[in-house]
Amino acid sequence: MDYTEINKLLDEMADRIRDMINENKISDPLIIGIHTGGYWIASQLQQRLAGDIPLGELNIAFYRDDFSRIGMHPHVSPSNLPFSIEDKHIILVDDVLHTGRTIRAAMNEIFDYGRPTTITLAVLIERSGHELPIKADITGKTLALKQGEHAKLLGPEPLALEIKITV
Amino acid sequence: MTGYDNIQLDKQGRLKHFLTIEGLSQQLLLDILDYAESFASVGDRAVKKVPLLRGKTIVNLFFEPSTRTSTTFELAAKRLSADILNLNMATSSTSKGESLLDTLRTLEAMHSDMFIVRHASSGAAHFIANHVAPHISVINDGDGQHSHPTQAMLDMFTIRKHKKTFDTLRVAIVGDILHSRVARSNIHALKILGVNEVRVIGPKTLIPRDIETMGVSVYDTLEDGLKNVDVVIMLRLQKERMITASIPSEYEYFNRYGLTQEKLKVAKEDAIVMHPGPINRGIEIDSTIADSEQSVILQQVSNGIAIRMAVMAMAMGSNSESSNY
Amino acid sequence: MTRIRIENGRILDPHSGRDSSGEICIDNGTILSANDSTMDFTADITINAKDHWICPGIVDLSARFGKSGQAIKKTFSTEATAAASAGVTSVCCPPDTHPIIDSSTAVEILLKSATDSGQVRINPIGALTQGLKGDRLAEMFTLKTAGCIAVSNANQPLANYEILRRAMEYAASSDLTVFFHPEDYSLRNYGVVNEGALSTRLGLPPIPEIAETVAVSAALLIAEQSGAKIHFCRISTARAVDMIRQAKQLGLPVTADVDICHLYLTELDVDCYNSNCHLIPPLRSLHDKDILIQGIAEGVIDAVCSDHRLLSIDSKIAPFSQTEPGASTIEFLLPLMLDLANRGKLSLLDAVEKITTNPAKILNLPFGRIEPGSKADIIIINPDISWTAQGQQLISGSKCTPFEGWELQGKVSHTILDGELIFQYK
Repeated sequence: MDYTEINKLLDEMADRIRDMINENKISDPLIIGIHTGGYWIASQLQQRLAGDIPLGELNIAFYRDDFSRIGMHPHVSPSNLPFSIEDKHIILVDDVLHTGRTIRAAMNEIFDYGRPTTITLAVLIERSGHELPIKADITGKTLALKQGEHAKLLGPEPLALEIKITV
Repeated sequence: MTGYDNIQLDKQGRLKHFLTIEGLSQQLLLDILDYAESFASVGDRAVKKVPLLRGKTIVNLFFEPSTRTSTTFELAAKRLSADILNLNMATSSTSKGESLLDTLRTLEAMHSDMFIVRHASSGAAHFIANHVAPHISVINDGDGQHSHPTQAMLDMFTIRKHKKTFDTLRVAIVGDILHSRVARSNIHALKILGVNEVRVIGPKTLIPRDIETMGVSVYDTLEDGLKNVDVVIMLRLQKERMITASIPSEYEYFNRYGLTQEKLKVAKEDAIVMHPGPINRGIEIDSTIADSEQSVILQQVSNGIAIRMAVMAMAMGSNSESSNY
Repeated sequence: MTRIRIENGRILDPHSGRDSSGEICIDNGTILSANDSTMDFTADITINAKDHWICPGIVDLSARFGKSGQAIKKTFSTEATAAASAGVTSVCCPPDTHPIIDSSTAVEILLKSATDSGQVRINPIGALTQGLKGDRLAEMFTLKTAGCIAVSNANQPLANYEILRRAMEYAASSDLTVFFHPEDYSLRNYGVVNEGALSTRLGLPPIPEIAETVAVSAALLIAEQSGAKIHFCRISTARAVDMIRQAKQLGLPVTADVDICHLYLTELDVDCYNSNCHLIPPLRSLHDKDILIQGIAEGVIDAVCSDHRLLSIDSKIAPFSQTEPGASTIEFLLPLMLDLANRGKLSLLDAVEKITTNPAKILNLPFGRIEPGSKADIIIINPDISWTAQGQQLISGSKCTPFEGWELQGKVSHTILDGELIFQYK
């Protein structure tokens, strides 16, 4: 999937987010993108939405559930949420929703910063292989992939989606 | 060259035990500083914890009375959501003659994942690391006069925060070098990180023999030694040095080696003053300096938590089955 | 009494300077003959020593057969067997055993242990001061009468120089040599390794060179004044070798020994806190080791001993400063001395001399020689056996050795003590 197709999906997602904000009369939403791909998508969405919505980046490295199995990642850039999330509406953005564990970790981390009013999940790609009861509210495109196939977002400029096969 | 690098690293070159700075690569030291950077931000949040080491048991073993660093390790462990056990060995069965090895076996039977050890004998942490079960990591919180690697790393972290790069720096370490594990570890760290010059300053009675072989230059006076330095690390003077005929009195020590505004004048204008603490005002350092803008002593303390979190996470991570590297 | 003939061997007798093949006949505990040709002699035992070497039994100036704090009776027999297997027929036992050799009873216990085992000659060294406490003279004459061949304060400090002077004068008047361990207690200052770059790096409490040299200097001057014969035990520094050379040149009655570890190991072997290398005196620098070897070759240092210590494995498994100093060395004395000769550091005859003739001379005892009329303490060596040093395989109850894993050459095949064959290598 190349950047023209992704741009189209981003436009559609931005429209749906705009609609959601207006319907629910949300006055100061926040956008949080999950490092790294989610953050690229989040900033693309922020540019398409009016009003200069505050943007933050979440690094879930310390909240993963696989530390015992794979250890520390060599370079962890810290999360950057330059705002308070207390009583706020958060649009949480990721590039690919697969098992749901990343989102689980992200939500745990967000709640360690404070108590948001709502979290709306927006993902560019939702693919088969859910392992936890987590679904996106706004999805760019749904893909059915076989086991061993992985969707990976390349970026930040130009964005492209690659399907890799691991043996 | 020592065999330390063999025992501290696992087969994939990751940090398994943190016993001494000696034998570690520059990249590994920089990695520790980088990790600490990420952990530092945790302390700024409302919930100062991350669940990284949840379910792990860390045992704080002190064979030497300690106040400051055991509390810092405890705090760091809690921020990583680990369970921590504090054992003061001076009052427990070891003083009743149970051998160190037997004590370790008992603790291992309690499903510990990591030992943090503080001991009065040089080489004790190394000894413990050589004798624990293979899944346990050992962190040296200070062994005799040999090594205090976490202190050295938090000192390096503090220096990097203020000076950005290491290669142009002149660093002076002042005081009782002979008995200081902090001095030895700092010297190793500074050399590995590639600083321009390391100086030690103190009375001859407190400078160890042949310390030049560690790559430092020796100075007798602050007036000479502090010229153009960027970083001054003051060491603590222990009261018993007068009993062991190392110095005649605290008064004379302060006159010759105590850091005052006057003495600091010859250093660079933006020089920073450090001290591993606790400080003896009026003996190593006078109050004006201790409380001045140039003193980063309190920052060292808070940096200590992030460094300890980094080192514990790295060492614990080496017990994982595969590598994320 | 057994009649023994040893034939076809290469006889090495430093006392006479002999290095030639020959035949030895033993009867009634004495060497009857040591000729080049065969004698008319009916033997009970004939030993074919072809390709083997025949030497006097080793005289070890220092070996401890007891553990500190434990009655020597318990462990004596095992250590004596180890000695026999190592070709050591005569051993000097320092006074810091349990009980301390400052009474005739203690001497008797030691001598009885030796006769009971029948595996070694024991030469007790009596205490210089009572209880080795360093302040009151021991009953040296009584100890001599009971069987002590010298007096010493072992590694315990003396209260002051005045005591050293008086003790030396008294020993001189009792015609006893003072076996002196040169170490100034205050300069030693709870140290455990040689002072230098290594002690600095490892953060271990250091023992400066001057702890030994100051003591050597003081002892030489006081010995000169007092007229005592002084033997320096376990020199470890190059500087001390110089001082002893000077003293000998002045004609003073001074002798010295070094222990086998100090001829092979240095402070660098302590690296990584290797407690097997925690020794008294401490292992010193490479330069010191080289000068010690030179000193032996030159004759400034008269003898080499094992300084064998009986230690439990537990005493070595602890952080370095908390481990007990010492090593199990008696089974390495011979092969390592032969190795020095092999490497050309000294001649074979000289190497044998340092562990046989010379120690016997220092003790003023009629051992360490192969000549008709002398006591039949003889060892036969197979110089070609290669073996690997393994602590667990040692006969001694002391398994901790810094030579673990070393490839060695040479083993004793037969040990004859007082004319009896007490050991044979299988």
